[in-house]
Amino acid sequence: MLLSTKNILSTKELTKQDIQQILDTADSFKEISTRSIKKVPTLRGKTIINLFFEPSTRTRTSFEIAGKRLSADVINISGSTSSAVKGENIIDTARNLEAMAPDILVVRHQCSGVPALLSQFVDSPIINAGDGAHEHPSQALLDLLTIRSHRGNLEGLKVAIVGDITHSRVARSNIKAMQTMGMKVRVVGPPPLIPVGLESLGIEVSHNLTTAIEDVDVVMILRIQLERQNQGLLSSLREYSNYFCLTAKALAKARDDILIIHPGPVNRGIEIALDVMESPRSLILNQVTNGVAIRMALFYLLLGEGNANPN
Amino acid sequence: MFPSFMSPILLNAKDISRAVSRISHEILERNNGAGNIALVGIRTRGVALSQRLKEKIKEIEKVTVDHGILDITLYRDDLGAGIQKPELKKTEISFALENKHIILCDDVLFTGRTIRAAIDALMDFGRPSSVQLAVLIDRGHRELPIRPDYVGKNVPTAKSKRIQVLLKEEDGEDKVIIQEQTN
Repeated sequence: MLLSTKNILSTKELTKQDIQQILDTADSFKEISTRSIKKVPTLRGKTIINLFFEPSTRTRTSFEIAGKRLSADVINISGSTSSAVKGENIIDTARNLEAMAPDILVVRHQCSGVPALLSQFVDSPIINAGDGAHEHPSQALLDLLTIRSHRGNLEGLKVAIVGDITHSRVARSNIKAMQTMGMKVRVVGPPPLIPVGLESLGIEVSHNLTTAIEDVDVVMILRIQLERQNQGLLSSLREYSNYFCLTAKALAKARDDILIIHPGPVNRGIEIALDVMESPRSLILNQVTNGVAIRMALFYLLLGEGNANPN
Repeated sequence: MFPSFMSPILLNAKDISRAVSRISHEILERNNGAGNIALVGIRTRGVALSQRLKEKIKEIEKVTVDHGILDITLYRDDLGAGIQKPELKKTEISFALENKHIILCDDVLFTGRTIRAAIDALMDFGRPSSVQLAVLIDRGHRELPIRPDYVGKNVPTAKSKRIQVLLKEEDGEDKVIIQEQTN
């Protein structure tokens, strides 16, 4: 009943059994958030530190609420108010925090690999809450939970991921986790935003949104990262929208029961049309609800015996 | 140690059925009918017991009482204390506990720690009028001041023994056996 890994750094490290167990546990945790007293005493006396060097509403709040619903003490540190501003290096920051005996560190950083780096210097388990363009494993897990609760199982489902695949940590985490669970992944976007050679990983590549989503069970729309659009990869946002915005027209030939997901935050009208976003097929807010359950499951499973901080 | 089919049988299927009948009558007598009661089974085998009590009560009083399922894993006092985490399952209590007499159901009452956890879990759902405890077997060795209100059978045991309740819903047959501790 324990995960095969001490840290959650990437979905690559998670076995099928791990993912299954995380989803099953999260499924049981969903109920707690529907109670009038939304708290259980399970992680009483445990301390969770959220170390966020990059802006975030959803993910940080989600981790914080998850910890609090399990009765853990949650401390939030954001990059702009930490000693990083005074020039402290990140390894020192982490080691100083660890000296105060936390039980889990949740780390988000704009550079890929920071959570993995820190895991070599601290004993507490580390959860990667998004590192650069690398991975965002808890997002992939909550996406899988959302899909599974609408489809019953994951094996054999077809998914199209639309948008900026190259820079998306959400896409990277999802592709690996989905393949582990036996799902078929197709990526869709303009050529400059799709890495070369994806086919060799068993991923289909398409540049036509309408045909690419005709036969899929799930379409995942990624956010166009406006902060990266000064690199000359797109000629204009409007052009991108013309070809890749998920509109009712693009969905015309898709399955009636297609599930639409988006990791947020949404640029309304750029990657997804307003009416599509508000349609019953869109599960964007279910994803957010499921995010709390997934993070509760990760805390619960990581703080088990044998995984606990030996100090 | 005996293999399980050779272990001494404490209760057979008939005995279990009679105990369930008697407990149902006792519950109804004590609570003046089925009007204000609700049954809550503790996972795993308490659920089967609570469902049987519900059926029996329906048979006697022609009333369907509220029924819930409690998973006490998150309220245990031994999480992270050297035991592996049991699989977490759903808690399903879809009715309000206020002004209800809650009958908690479990298969075996031993140290009382499970019941302590169950009471804590229950209180997070509301404030019942009272909480009563029904168990199929009371084997003694309490570590907390907890006593059952309805008992199928009292079985004084050595602490080293293991009582195993097998119920059709989970195990395919109805019987209660006593075994040597395996570990």
